[in-house]
Formats: sequence, structure tokens, C-alpha cells
Amino acid sequence: MRYLAHVDVTLRPGIADPEGATIAKALPALGFDSVHAVRVGKRFSVELDAKDLHAAESLAASLADRLLANTVIEEAVIHITEA
Amino acid sequence: MAATIGVVVYPGTNCEHDAVLALESLGVRAELLFHDQRSFSGLDALVIAGGFAHGDYLRPGAIARFSPVMGAIEDFARRGGPVVGICNGFQVLCESGLLPGALQKNRGLRFLCQDSQLRVTSTSSVLTSQATVGELLSIPINHFSGSYTCDIDTLRILREQDRIVLRYVDNPNGSIDDIAGIANEMGNVVGLMPHPERASSALLGSVDGIVLLRSLITSAMATT
Repeated sequence: MRYLAHVDVTLRPGIADPEGATIAKALPALGFDSVHAVRVGKRFSVELDAKDLHAAESLAASLADRLLANTVIEEAVIHITEA
Repeated sequence: MAATIGVVVYPGTNCEHDAVLALESLGVRAELLFHDQRSFSGLDALVIAGGFAHGDYLRPGAIARFSPVMGAIEDFARRGGPVVGICNGFQVLCESGLLPGALQKNRGLRFLCQDSQLRVTSTSSVLTSQATVGELLSIPINHFSGSYTCDIDTLRILREQDRIVLRYVDNPNGSIDDIAGIANEMGNVVGLMPHPERASSALLGSVDGIVLLRSLITSAMATT
């Protein structure tokens, strides 16, 4: 089966995010006064083959931990759908 | 016998010739070691030079970490061989797990290319053995992702084991505890963001990097 894994990599809570902080500061200048925090992350769309959903999940988790996220400062959240 | 120091080159590395020139000016042999070499021999120490390995894609050092040469570098480091990662090389060492922690985007999101004032805070490493604790060094930095970070337990261990070898006097990038360079537990693997090879001749404006390079050379000679 072919699956599409969306891997969202974000900084762990508590890790400083200067990019997010800069965006959060810019938004009120555009009139978005209700914004009080922004965190920036990356999304990877990974197409992969696996025998079932469970296998696809574990494959995606493994590649996210080994390469896509630096687990010292980042964490990955994975959403899988059939492609 | 003169020692030979290997300078590691990935696609996108750009400080390798500066490193070779600086080391050779101090009377040691230096040769390039390429990312696709699975093994090497006859090298007494390694420098992982600065630049933008693999374009810094994904994260600085993230792709370089899986280069064929990394296995041999890890073996060399585990056997106690001196390994110094400068700038991008520091990022590679952190990504590979040879050093703890990670390097994040600078506080303020600016690419910093300027002289930095450093204080030597430990001499128990291959890069600082010939320096003096408290000694001030003026050495340039040139990076966007140089803000060192680690969890609080790691920081405590780094402090307790005297592994923070260099600190910034005026922390320019937001590094935790002003950290500019750290060592592994054995002291044979060191990573630092500043570029000692760019402070190795009066023509370059500073010779303060020489004491660091001499320390590395001394360690390299001790292994021959």
C-alpha cells in the first residue's frame, strides 16, 4: 500500500523560537491585535510504501526521529493517510 | 615525526583551505579528507571545517552526519583521536551525537560575521590544552545558527565535568551559558563556533587562534 505521511516538526516547548517571536511581534502591526504567540515549524510530505497503516506509522516515526527532527530541540507529529 | 591533520570536506564546506593553510603555517602536515571516503589512515587528528555542508538543507549538519566518512570519524573519536569541529563542523558533531546539544538560529535572527571576544574556561581539551584559564581571545565568528542549546541536565553535566572550553564575553547569538565551545567527556572531541583558522596570522587581524591550533597540534603529535 502507498501512504502519505505528513510529518510536522516543531521546536519542543520551552525551546526559544526567535523566528516565531519575530512573526508574533509583526502581526499586531498589521492589526492582528489578538495574536499573542507564534511558533514556527516545518511540514514534510513523505510518500512511502508499507504493508499496512501500522507499518507506515512506524516507518514514518523512525525516519522522523533519525533525520527529519533533531530530537534534542524538536519533536515530530505524524499524520498518515492512504495515498 | 611531523603529525598529519586531516581536514574534512563535505559538499558545501568552504573553510578547508583556510584550515590547511593555518595548520601548515604552524609546521604540521594537513590534508583534505573527503566526505565519500569510508576510511582513512595516517591521520593524527581531524578538523571538520566550516561552511555549509550539503547546503545546510534540513538543518546545518543534518545531512553531513550520514556521509560515508562519518563512521570512520566516529571510530577515530571513540579511540581517543583528536577531533575539532569548527562552526559548521561543530553543528555536524552535535547532529552526529559526538557532542551533546544543538545549535539553533541566532537570537535576533541575524547572520553574524564579526570578531568575538572569548574567554578560555577549561584547558582539559585537545583544543585548549596550551591555553590558560581566563585567557581572552579575539576570534571571528561567521554563522546564522550558532546559538548553542541543550537541556538543563546536559548543561549541569557540562559544567560539572569542566567541558565548557570557551565562552563569549558578550554573548552575540544567545547561546545558553555564553557557550562558544564544548568538549566531549574525554576531551578529545571539541566543537566551537568561532574560527581559529581566521585568527592565525597578523595579516588577518588576530593571532589569537594560534594557541588553539597549537593545542590541537600538540595532541596530534602525542598520538603519533
